[in-house]
Amino acid sequence: MSKPQETMRTPLGKVRGLGSAKHGAGHFITQRVSAIALIFLVPWFLISLIGAVRGGYDSALTWVADPINGVLTLLAVGAALYHMRLGMQVVVEDYIAKHGAKNLLLILNTFVCVGLFAAAAYAVLKIAIA
Amino acid sequence: MSSWTDKRPMSPHVSIWKWHMTMASSILHRITGVGNYIGIFIVVAWLFATAAGPDYYEPLASIVGTIWGQLILFGFTLSISYHLLNGIRHLVMDAGRALNPKFASFLSGLVLVLSVALAVAIWLLAGLVPGVDPLNITGTGNMIATGAAQ
Repeated sequence: MSKPQETMRTPLGKVRGLGSAKHGAGHFITQRVSAIALIFLVPWFLISLIGAVRGGYDSALTWVADPINGVLTLLAVGAALYHMRLGMQVVVEDYIAKHGAKNLLLILNTFVCVGLFAAAAYAVLKIAIA
Repeated sequence: MSSWTDKRPMSPHVSIWKWHMTMASSILHRITGVGNYIGIFIVVAWLFATAAGPDYYEPLASIVGTIWGQLILFGFTLSISYHLLNGIRHLVMDAGRALNPKFASFLSGLVLVLSVALAVAIWLLAGLVPGVDPLNITGTGNMIATGAAQ
């Protein structure tokens, strides 16, 4: 023992809970699984959507109302939002060192992604059920 | 300069590295990722406006139709095509392939060129560039729309 302990907490107790949250593998895997889904969903969405938006409002409405288009749109938007939430989480963790600001941005990131999904789901369901 | 007072050597930082294609590609992947994050707001806004009705759809369509709207939309297309193609490259590397430095640099450059080509091709084929509509998507009936097609 070089120094006497200043508190009753043991050195092990002080470091417990610091460091990684032990959820890194899950983050890595889900980021890639959503990426694989997006490889298929994004090209479909782009090709299909461009045709739909060229015809203006009526053609856009007809396109979203189609059951396959509606379901695939929600899958594409959902996978994209899930993927980008994970990505933005890493960006915030890398560049924002301040504890408070970092946590605030991480919470905001989740709120934005969930909020956008709620808006997209509401829109598709409203059109599909109408 | 900074409040750094620790005299011990710092770990090597961005500024001392020679730029490599793979390094630029990694940074660009992150930038386009953030770009796509912003871009999806347009997609969700479009979906929402479609559900909300013409009163919401038409103003949005007219904003997107301006030259700045079109530039942003093309930037978004570019951002998506780069992130998509480079993402596939990342998945290949995650599988432990294409890690040889020379080939990795080549592939990074190839992805950059292909992504620009893809974005330009999407805009040309979709008739989004004024006066060009090879697939007749806008329904004007001309292979290359001219001033005659009103």
